[in-house]
Amino acid sequence: MTDSSGVTRRVSDALFRHPLWLLVLLLLPPLLWLGVIYLGSLLALLLHSFYSIDEFSGLIVYEFSLSTYAELLRLSNMDVIIRSLMMAIAVTLGCAAMAFPISYYAARYAKGKWKALFYLLVMLPLWSSYLVKVYAWKLILAKEGIVSWVAEQVHLTWALDALLSIPVVGGPSLSISYIGTFLVFCYVWLPYMILPTQAALERVPGNLIEASADLGANPGQTFRTVILPLALPGLIAGSIFTFSLTLGDYIIPQIIGNSSYFLGQAVYTLQGTAGNIPLAAAFTVVPIVIMLIYLSIAKRMGAFDAL
Amino acid sequence: MRSDGTRPAPMFLKLAAFGGLLFLHVPLLLIFLYAFTTEEKSYQFPPPGLTLKWFSVVWGRQDIWDAMWLSVKVASIATLIALVLGTCAAAAVSRARFFGRDYLSLLFILPIALPGIITGISLRSAFSMMDIPFSTWTIVLGHATFCIVVVYNNALARFRRTSGSMIEASMDLGADGFQTFRHVVLPQIGSALLAGGMLAFALSFDEVIVTTFTAGQQSTLPIWMLNELIRPRQRPVTNVVAIFVVAVTFIPILAAYYLTREGEHTGGAGK
Repeated sequence: MTDSSGVTRRVSDALFRHPLWLLVLLLLPPLLWLGVIYLGSLLALLLHSFYSIDEFSGLIVYEFSLSTYAELLRLSNMDVIIRSLMMAIAVTLGCAAMAFPISYYAARYAKGKWKALFYLLVMLPLWSSYLVKVYAWKLILAKEGIVSWVAEQVHLTWALDALLSIPVVGGPSLSISYIGTFLVFCYVWLPYMILPTQAALERVPGNLIEASADLGANPGQTFRTVILPLALPGLIAGSIFTFSLTLGDYIIPQIIGNSSYFLGQAVYTLQGTAGNIPLAAAFTVVPIVIMLIYLSIAKRMGAFDAL
Repeated sequence: MRSDGTRPAPMFLKLAAFGGLLFLHVPLLLIFLYAFTTEEKSYQFPPPGLTLKWFSVVWGRQDIWDAMWLSVKVASIATLIALVLGTCAAAAVSRARFFGRDYLSLLFILPIALPGIITGISLRSAFSMMDIPFSTWTIVLGHATFCIVVVYNNALARFRRTSGSMIEASMDLGADGFQTFRHVVLPQIGSALLAGGMLAFALSFDEVIVTTFTAGQQSTLPIWMLNELIRPRQRPVTNVVAIFVVAVTFIPILAAYYLTREGEHTGGAGK
């Protein structure tokens, strides 16, 4: 310990004797970064939503007003919000339905090597490129793509056509319909649902399930009254991601879907080509408010422990 | 903990689970197939013929090299920043109880819990308000913000598993704070940091939503791909790049997985 005398020694001793200093020293850099850069610009954006835009000059009027929020309530804008919400809800439910069997199998039946493999097989798509995944679905859903080809091979083209002819959700091809958008959203966010659900299911003690069976519950009852309530925090934790990511995404509906707008696209167009920052800011307030409500409910239901 | 598995899984569960995994992986495999197709105007399936030509086309394209270089640069810097800030935050949160600690965790989660477009648009309007021109640094700024949480989560999990008595012992034996950090703390959390750093790198290398707002005219590899998706020129070229991106992100993820798994064994696994 030759170099331990001198300045470094004194500094480290001081820090050790005053844990508060050390705490401040540790917390200051990340707090400054997130507090100033992230929260700062977030608040600046929110401030913009209380300004309005002059209809004639197209310039921002820097005066407090609620007119931008009033504009948000216009039918065409409400349409975008409701469409995005419905999609987020549908995608969350779809992901939950698909994630549950995978998580359940991985948590209760997969052992040793298989368990590791399962985990990797979920992690790899989670971390692999978002754009690549979206792109893969373009290949699959395109009119000349794989789904049509498979349908033709197994003589189910009529079923595909029937699916596409459903009003509202259908369209000329899967890649230009809400069904396509829904599928891609589900695909891209599915791992986010699997991981917390699996973590929650891992914590369900096996003997609890046996006890339930011993006490005369059939598998359906055990599922409803024992497994599902215990897995719920995990499902809700996953739904934070599926819900929030769907609400804010503007790339998937742009590449796969009909041309109707979702929240993310509306914000993107408003701030970009339209240059209407106040309305874009007001639009971003919508998912923020929805997510804050969602997060507070999730926190109350114990979802944060399952993250 | 778990049931002994004496009873095999019900058939429908097996089918649903493996069907789900297939659903997750088949689309990625198709990307590989399409990188070899001879058809460049449409997504015709099955491909009319197979060729290796697109790999050499990609090799010769300067725009792709430039985009890749920018992506690597941004991801490296953002990862470094995230490593420092995320470790600091995790050390503070794990070692002390203080007022507002729960809200602090929420603050760190916020950049990934709120839609990326919100981060993107608020940074962009902040840049334009302060007349900051777009540069590599504006992209880094955005990326580091959401990379911090990845490092933070990894480091926090490890800090919670290691006990503070080791640090006290080291100090009692005469090491100063910096020596303790280097010889005691760092070896304990090293693999968790490496894993967190690699995940952060993968996250940044692949990010597109925030980047579209903070990049201006610059193009990272994902931005390049996005432009190709919207206005396709040579479709198989995009596939080759896609394979490359998948490879670049897979390797760190696999490595991170093995690193954190081994850490769990050596750490005594006392959760």
